[in-house]
Amino acid sequence: MIIGLDVGGTHIDAVLLSNGKVLRTAKVPYSSGSIVEGICSAIDELTEDVDPGKINRVNLSTTICTNAVLEGKTSPVGMILESGPGLDASFLACGEENVFLDGYIDHRGQEVKPFNENIVRDASVHFKEKGILSVGIATKFSVRNPVHELKAKELLGGDFCPVTMGHALSGKLNFPRRVYTTYLNAAVYERFRFFASAIDKAFEERGIRAPVNVLKADGGTMNLKKAVSFPVYTVLSGPSASVMGCWVLSDNHEDAVILDIGGTTTDISFFAGGIPLLEPRGIKIGAYPTLVRAIYSHSVAIGGDSAVRFEGDKLVIGPRREGPPKALGGPMPTPTDAMILLELLNLGKKEKAYIAMKELGEVMGISPEETAHLILDRMGDLIKERVYELLKDLNSRPVYTIRELLYGEKITPKRAVIIGGPAKALSLMLERKLKIPCVVPENFEVANAIGAALSRITAEINLIADTAQGYLTVPELGIREKIGRDFNLEKARKQAMELIKERASALGSLSEDAEAEIVEESCFNMVRGFYTVGRNIRVKAQIKPGVSSFEMD
Amino acid sequence: MLKAKNRLGLVFFPAFDWAISPTHPEREERLLYTLDQVSEEGVEDIEGIKFFNPVLAKEEDIKRVHFCVPDVDSVVTKSHVISAGGAIAAARALFEGKVDKAFAVVRPPGHHAHRVVYGDRGFCIINIEAIMLEHIRQSFGPKKVAIVDTDCHHGDGTQDIYWNDRNTLFISLHQDGRTLYPGSGFPDEMGGPGAYGYTVNVPLPPQTGEEGFLYVIENLVMPIIKEYKPDLVVNSAGQDNHYTDPITNMNFTAQGYAKLTELLDPDIAVLEGGYSIEGALPYVNLGIILALAGLDYSHVKEPDYDPDKMRQPGWISDYIKRLCNDIYGRWLRKEEIARKMFDGKDFVRRNKRIYYDTIGIMENQEETIKVCRSCSGYTMIKSKCDLGYFILAIVIPPGACPRCVEEARKIYEVADPGDYTGIYLQDRVNDEFKVKK
Repeated sequence: MIIGLDVGGTHIDAVLLSNGKVLRTAKVPYSSGSIVEGICSAIDELTEDVDPGKINRVNLSTTICTNAVLEGKTSPVGMILESGPGLDASFLACGEENVFLDGYIDHRGQEVKPFNENIVRDASVHFKEKGILSVGIATKFSVRNPVHELKAKELLGGDFCPVTMGHALSGKLNFPRRVYTTYLNAAVYERFRFFASAIDKAFEERGIRAPVNVLKADGGTMNLKKAVSFPVYTVLSGPSASVMGCWVLSDNHEDAVILDIGGTTTDISFFAGGIPLLEPRGIKIGAYPTLVRAIYSHSVAIGGDSAVRFEGDKLVIGPRREGPPKALGGPMPTPTDAMILLELLNLGKKEKAYIAMKELGEVMGISPEETAHLILDRMGDLIKERVYELLKDLNSRPVYTIRELLYGEKITPKRAVIIGGPAKALSLMLERKLKIPCVVPENFEVANAIGAALSRITAEINLIADTAQGYLTVPELGIREKIGRDFNLEKARKQAMELIKERASALGSLSEDAEAEIVEESCFNMVRGFYTVGRNIRVKAQIKPGVSSFEMD
Repeated sequence: MLKAKNRLGLVFFPAFDWAISPTHPEREERLLYTLDQVSEEGVEDIEGIKFFNPVLAKEEDIKRVHFCVPDVDSVVTKSHVISAGGAIAAARALFEGKVDKAFAVVRPPGHHAHRVVYGDRGFCIINIEAIMLEHIRQSFGPKKVAIVDTDCHHGDGTQDIYWNDRNTLFISLHQDGRTLYPGSGFPDEMGGPGAYGYTVNVPLPPQTGEEGFLYVIENLVMPIIKEYKPDLVVNSAGQDNHYTDPITNMNFTAQGYAKLTELLDPDIAVLEGGYSIEGALPYVNLGIILALAGLDYSHVKEPDYDPDKMRQPGWISDYIKRLCNDIYGRWLRKEEIARKMFDGKDFVRRNKRIYYDTIGIMENQEETIKVCRSCSGYTMIKSKCDLGYFILAIVIPPGACPRCVEEARKIYEVADPGDYTGIYLQDRVNDEFKVKK
């Protein structure tokens, strides 16, 4: 049996799965101060009279890090940064204390200038005086050569925990994002560690000895114990639980759009060829753009509980929620009232919904039913416009080769998968608007918890080999080693396929059906003068995002 | 995060799958390290900087500028169509109001491509700035434009195309033609009878550094632009004046390029040459991007940057000062000189030899421009090249008077296909392009 939990904004959704069936579901309210208690009561509700020994796995998404960042409840971090020439780096000072090194690594990973080691020694003393325990180190081009980050860590001494290094979190280029990602990882470390040990303890008390995994923003999982080193990967993992759930439930193999219609927002994601689409650079948390791999999810501020009013002769929905729908005793008419009146939704008091629509429509001289239709029509238009806008954006992402520019595939959704409270009520209307089949999967109410339950480990590495210099670098694994002049793309591919498994095992245990794949590769001849002096090889490998088959468990 | 003062549109297209030949300077690797640097700096996250993909330049876009011999498809590669399309995409973003400034970081370059095209010269086949500009004029109406070419090589192709167009002021700063390809670009090359003085050439001595370039911009280029009052300033932003460039001899720097960009304040910049792909391009492009966006570029320096080593000798400063005085004098006296040269003439004729270094052929041209009091006059080109072509090409420029249009079209009609391998007409008044063989 598998337990899946998705910690949302106000509720925890949980499912107990067995042999491809949803055995039990639970929905438990919680407050941000009591996530662990909330998780425990959800588990207790699911496992009442279940033998804890029969539970094979618990997967959970958590908002602990997200909330810590958004509510400012993070640990003070001492940041050690090195920017070298380029943009003035002062805007990157995000820690409690920020120290800038004076060295420089260039775009090929060559050390142009070593840094003055005394700067780090002084910083170590200074941080301790300030009572700072968490340290983040991020240097420009550390993903091409991590030597300065490693050296700085060594010079700091052993009195700090954690010491997060930028290159270990992501192999992507983007120094500002590396700085923020490093900072956030160090800043939420303590809270996440506390959470992890509380969960550990609570599960032990309940006799649950199954592995516990947490969901990452990219729809993959990592082992709870190992996640302690990478807590930043768990931020904003909520939408990914829902998207993974849709993947499980909709059996989709083509381009599709996913709509998760909530109370105040509708989250929009996409499948490209049946695979969830990722953010191109990384997720943004609060004011911080990061390199954290994440499922692409953008929202439009419109949902079942959005307040509806006329401004002049224009019907305006949202962006605010003023309370529950009128039919449930709220203050303002909402799309939910419209759905209740039109008998698309069986909820609350229909008379109240009628009055809500009547009062709203009277100003414009239209009947309650017409008003309700108008609201849903407008809602559909707003969602459609946003979907098209996002698609336009996605399909005009920069490309760098003639082949991609001429023949690159565009995302064109062939159907929509809709989940969330009003999913069923709105599917026909959305089908008319989007002009593609709209599917509401079975068990859609707990799609998020199912997604969490069945998600698997994911990982990514970036391998760069520069045969002119004779070095191979894999930042995520801290590898920088010598290679021969005969190193080539084929060898790089082979090595990447092996190393990706090593990376995965740093995050959790790799299931047997997990597939490694090369996602990007290039090989440039390096010419100096008129002679080829080497090759610049770049290979990106990943463990394919995936879901355990629903049937297997 | 940072916010750009000017909304900047970037078309960044490194064409990672295209090279002239594997070891040619114009190869896949050229913009690799530049993209790395721009990515690592997080330029894509700066608020106000937007990236656009190139469009493909259409055949009409090309024909509005060039006579491709025998035809467009035979001489123009996909990569050049995309490069020109990149410039078009950048300019459209500007004219559609999406951005305040635009920069097309594209390859291959275009400023050596003349009006008549037999193939590749100086890595260029079609003139990407001219194609961009004529596309913009066609879509958004007439524009008075200044093109400032800061590539180390003389922008001889752009000069050829706008030789007789007073609505396009062409200023080229380059290493003296006596010391570098293509060997042209002297101060006395000032334009045809319809636009005399609107071609301005500033040949700079080898070793010119920051001081010299910025002196020319401040004391010559800006005063001329101020008097000309263009609607649009385009910078052909070649980057081979850099001290590390392998095929030139100048001492310019990333800081210098950024300052030049800030002073010149172009609306659109288009990358041209620049082949120091590791030591210069990553830093120069970053400097130009930041300067265009109105951001602080003072920390953008090459790893081995040393302003003392790059300082130009005193005699160069003196030489450049005298040169600027001379050229500015010519600018002021352009009408007077033009009257002396062209008054009383019906036609002005010149002969040119154009060498295609990349493909190793020579072209001989006889260009005849009609001197007209009501318009800039039409142009007839008789061109012969080693490939066996002998063509007649007739250009009717935008704004040509009805008499010139009629006369030029008549020349096209009565010309005997038996005398040439092809007869071409570019009628910009009617946006019509014809060929007969």
